[in-house]
Amino acid sequence: MDLLIKNGRVIDPSQNLDDTLDILVANGLIKEIGKGVTAPVGAETIDAGGSYVVPGLIDMHVHLRDPGLEYKEDIISGTKAAAAGGFTSICCMPNTKPVIDNKAVASYIINKAKAEGFCNVFPVGSITYGLSGDRMSEMGELKESGCVAVSDDGKPVKNSEMMMRALQYAAGIGIMVISHAEEIELVGEGVMNEGFTSTELGLKGIPRVAEDVATARETLLAEYTGTSIHIAHVSTKGAVRIIREAKARGVKVTCETAPHYFTLTDDAVRGYNTNAKMNPPLREIDDVAAIKEGLKDGTIDAIATDHAPHHLDEKDVEFNVAMNGIIGLETSLPLSLKLVEEGVLTLNQLIDKMSCKPSEILGLNRGSLEIGAIADITLIDPNIGWIVEADALCSKSKNSPWLGTQMKGGAAATIVDGKLMYKR
Amino acid sequence: MSGERTVLMDGEGIKRALTRIAHEILERNKGVTDIVLIGIRSGGVFLADGIAQQICVIEGGAVPVGAVDITLYRDDCSGHLPHHPVGKTDIPFSLEAKKVILVDDVLYTGRTIRAAMDALMDFGRPQSIQLAVLIDRGHRELPIRADFVGRNVPTSQKENVEVVFDGSNQPIEVVLEK
Amino acid sequence: MAEFKHKHIIALRDLSKEDIELLISTAENMRDINCRDIKKVPTLRGKTVINLFYEASTRTRTSFEIAGKRLSADTVNITTASSSATKGETLADTALNLLAMKPDIIVMRHAVSGAHYFLANKINCSIINAGDGAHEHPSQGLLDMLTMKDRFGRLDGLKVAIVGDITHSRVARSNIQGLTKLGSKVYLAGPPTMMPPGVEKLGDVTVCGTMNEALQDADVVMMLRIQQERQGKTLMPNAREYSRYFGLNPTNIKLAKPNAIVMHPGPINRGVEMSSSMVDGDQSCILKQVENGVAVRMAMLYHVCGGELE
Repeated sequence: MDLLIKNGRVIDPSQNLDDTLDILVANGLIKEIGKGVTAPVGAETIDAGGSYVVPGLIDMHVHLRDPGLEYKEDIISGTKAAAAGGFTSICCMPNTKPVIDNKAVASYIINKAKAEGFCNVFPVGSITYGLSGDRMSEMGELKESGCVAVSDDGKPVKNSEMMMRALQYAAGIGIMVISHAEEIELVGEGVMNEGFTSTELGLKGIPRVAEDVATARETLLAEYTGTSIHIAHVSTKGAVRIIREAKARGVKVTCETAPHYFTLTDDAVRGYNTNAKMNPPLREIDDVAAIKEGLKDGTIDAIATDHAPHHLDEKDVEFNVAMNGIIGLETSLPLSLKLVEEGVLTLNQLIDKMSCKPSEILGLNRGSLEIGAIADITLIDPNIGWIVEADALCSKSKNSPWLGTQMKGGAAATIVDGKLMYKR
Repeated sequence: MSGERTVLMDGEGIKRALTRIAHEILERNKGVTDIVLIGIRSGGVFLADGIAQQICVIEGGAVPVGAVDITLYRDDCSGHLPHHPVGKTDIPFSLEAKKVILVDDVLYTGRTIRAAMDALMDFGRPQSIQLAVLIDRGHRELPIRADFVGRNVPTSQKENVEVVFDGSNQPIEVVLEK
Repeated sequence: MAEFKHKHIIALRDLSKEDIELLISTAENMRDINCRDIKKVPTLRGKTVINLFYEASTRTRTSFEIAGKRLSADTVNITTASSSATKGETLADTALNLLAMKPDIIVMRHAVSGAHYFLANKINCSIINAGDGAHEHPSQGLLDMLTMKDRFGRLDGLKVAIVGDITHSRVARSNIQGLTKLGSKVYLAGPPTMMPPGVEKLGDVTVCGTMNEALQDADVVMMLRIQQERQGKTLMPNAREYSRYFGLNPTNIKLAKPNAIVMHPGPINRGVEMSSSMVDGDQSCILKQVENGVAVRMAMLYHVCGGELE
């Protein structure tokens, strides 16, 4: 069915567009964009007055937990949460059971998402077999079966030679390597950021330098091998500086951060709040400032959520025992819109980091509203007020530090391949 | 306790009462042999000191004076009300085979005396325990009576009787508040 | 009149100066019970206290047990070898099972910092922290303060040197929280690998470069236990070198005030944290600490029983 989106404020960084326009979608593609577009017979019309109409948002860092850990999340609930959060495409990380290190698992995910999902799902394969860290996955087959990147997310590749060879090999195949940059010996048994708060709470700290050292290694390896690398979930001032300097030297490094790293500090852990426990951990006020600065000056290319669902039984426990990670798909948009309100980013830059850049980094061929482009479109209501409530979240898991928090802005509608998959 | 305030005894009256109690104690016990005074914190301790002084004046010999804090022996510790601060129990001598004169300011329900007697028993086995109070205001809830009474004052349960002490812990008056 | 309104005692950080003073004063007044022929008062008759220990501890557990018994409470000890909640029953389930037996107070030691707060949200009896991870050990902090007050009659203005592994020490944290609230000045010394970041921001706390600096004119010298198994191989070379730089001996104690007291939470590694002559010397208050431990724990049990339901 054709779809006409009328009167929205169309913001498309890929074409430098910011104007009140109509968009006509036909056969899953953008057919026409302009003023006063008329609806063909039988077309559905959406009045987007008061809303932003933007290229469908892309979250390049999501844990869908399917296969194997469906009690936390599955492809259906995860994509439903994504669509409700305004995402038309998500990339899912390989730490499933079994790991996405072979064609069978990758195909299972892609097929299930196509058949039953609410948005596009692009799997990320593992760098090493079973996330073992010592034997390279069949990256060629992974790419052929639809993986858009490789990563050992959650389990940093410790062996520097392994990482260097993976970068070289992946470059040959033409697949992006995403690094979870943490020096695990320095992480040790740490459970939160090392600083005054960890000192007061008596919790074992993870020093910021654990991330900085690993980020430096990754950029140096990419520089030496002349390959591309993407650094996941940047959280420290040091990592931002290292990436900024590497970019200035011409290293092909890109990176992402997550809303919690520019919204919260390790103060959120007080009270031993396990919904503020993740890896990398929440940092300090000057890190938050540096992350914002990195977003502003372009050092940080993308905003991803690192959506990491965990069952209540895994979070409603003593702090040390609790699993790392928080859900983020349904709160990312309002939290990121705050950056515009605070003057950190322009609206155009924000959409760039939440759609165009992720598409570009991973070669997804999305993130644009050009005529002929795939009709992945997000309608954003910038003013809607809502409160994060566990029962109202689409995600199976409710491990959010923002439960009960007032939010401003959110997805009004999410259109995937020309089909309306979510409407508020 | 806002409202009417009647002075039942003044400082002189209290002193006379304590002197009389001192005489009665000596008379009943035929002297100071084996007599010890134990005041109940906090008012009773000051009165015990006063009686001891009178005994000293009359007989010319000092009697040992101790203090007992009954907080840990109270019968109302099970509720979820903030517990009373614990005072110091100070009995630096043995009670074994002694004639203990327990001293309190106001005798009312008798519960304090019950608690104090339980506390004293944990310090040994006295020959006897006798009770001296400045005021007996009635309304006993336990079968307890005083051996030496400064004054009996009929009261209603809504009233409050208080012995007021000055900065150097000397009793200055007994007041009835309605 | 001072009133203690807390239902739980989990951290001295949560208590006010007045709360701490009240607990110490109650302990002072309860202390003589332990010296009587009949070492028992009926105060907590009919109350049930469960000592739930997820970490081995003879001293603290026994001290709490005696404290409970001297107040006439019924005390039950449960020592669980495995502190790992990932194996077997979860802490929450254990606690709910215990709760079904209607205890009035659970005294718990647990390896995870903050585990008591987690528990407090689940159950409705009082909780006393007998040590949680590297967070706090409030009864130890209180008995240490009582011991200092015994000697000096005050805590205000005292210079207290705490030497050792501050990072992993719940004893240090409780002492810092309590002492700084009561006006003492705390000086910390230890290898930089054992000094947690930002610790000087916890109150009137000075981090010293050397042990001598901390000892200088100190009224109190508190030595912390070094546990080779905890410090591992990366925090210090070995016990021998540790004791050369951070051990208390008859020479460096001279830097402290002549009437300074020496404390240690125990158990002591003789010859490592301090030489035997220091442990057994005139300045040592180590056994006094143990003695005060019972009184302080009696005070804690007494006051939480009257604490308000939160």
